[in-house]
Amino acid sequence: MWYYEKKLQYPVRVRECNPRLAKFLIEQYGGADGELAAALRYLNQRYSIPDKVIGLLTDIGTEEFAHLEMIATMVYKLTKDATPEQMKEAGLGAHYVNHDNALFYENASGTPWTASYIQAKGDPIADIYEDIAAEEKARATYQWIINMSDDPELNDGLKYLREREVVHSQRFREAAEILKEERGKKVFF
Amino acid sequence: MNEPLTNAYYELLEEIQAVDFVLCELTLYLDTHPWDNEAVQQFNHHAHQSRQLKKQYEKQYGPLFQYGMSYSGYPWNWKEAPWPWQV
Ligand SMILES: [Fe+2]
Repeated sequence: MWYYEKKLQYPVRVRECNPRLAKFLIEQYGGADGELAAALRYLNQRYSIPDKVIGLLTDIGTEEFAHLEMIATMVYKLTKDATPEQMKEAGLGAHYVNHDNALFYENASGTPWTASYIQAKGDPIADIYEDIAAEEKARATYQWIINMSDDPELNDGLKYLREREVVHSQRFREAAEILKEERGKKVFF
Repeated sequence: MNEPLTNAYYELLEEIQAVDFVLCELTLYLDTHPWDNEAVQQFNHHAHQSRQLKKQYEKQYGPLFQYGMSYSGYPWNWKEAPWPWQV
């Protein structure tokens, strides 16, 4: 079971209404290496991974939902006061026609989220290496978005999220070593 | 809640976020280093601190959790504090 906590993991502030930045940010909402994909990937893999790393997958998967809420908050704040005209100028005309100013799980170019973004091979090493790669790709994506953004308040939140990917990658690397040790033991006995 | 939020609200919220960040970091660290006794002690210390701060927050601004993890005032006050994306 999960509990919702009525607070963000880290404060989210934006300088002004800016739907163009929101369009880029949606990549981390419903894109291949975004927070939704991350949360669903880890929470799905945990059922078939060895016991020693189930806790880590559960906890990182849960944290990814907190990040998803931060991204949603950023997108919401950047677009809530945008007029249809501003949405169109920002390249969100098609989004507006379909969703008004609602959020949607899609990537920066408007492709809806799909389960084919995530893998579950059942092989613990294959799965954990996918997770390390996913974290590195998410870290890189945050950097590309920061490079496109001129909003220092938004960038503070984005830098926080980028650093979380670094920590997640580190913990998954440690989990990979734990899994190798476990595998070695099994072969030995 | 209809009154505008004060600095005190943001300060307390950020204090909670800071303590909970320590707990988040320690949680993931301990998931791969379960035998680090000092880290476990730090974890328990901050877990206690987090609970105290949240008790104070909830008294002033309403529940942080549902499903019985927080108490309710009367009338049912889940909507009392603003939602996270509204602050
Ligand atoms: Fe992550």
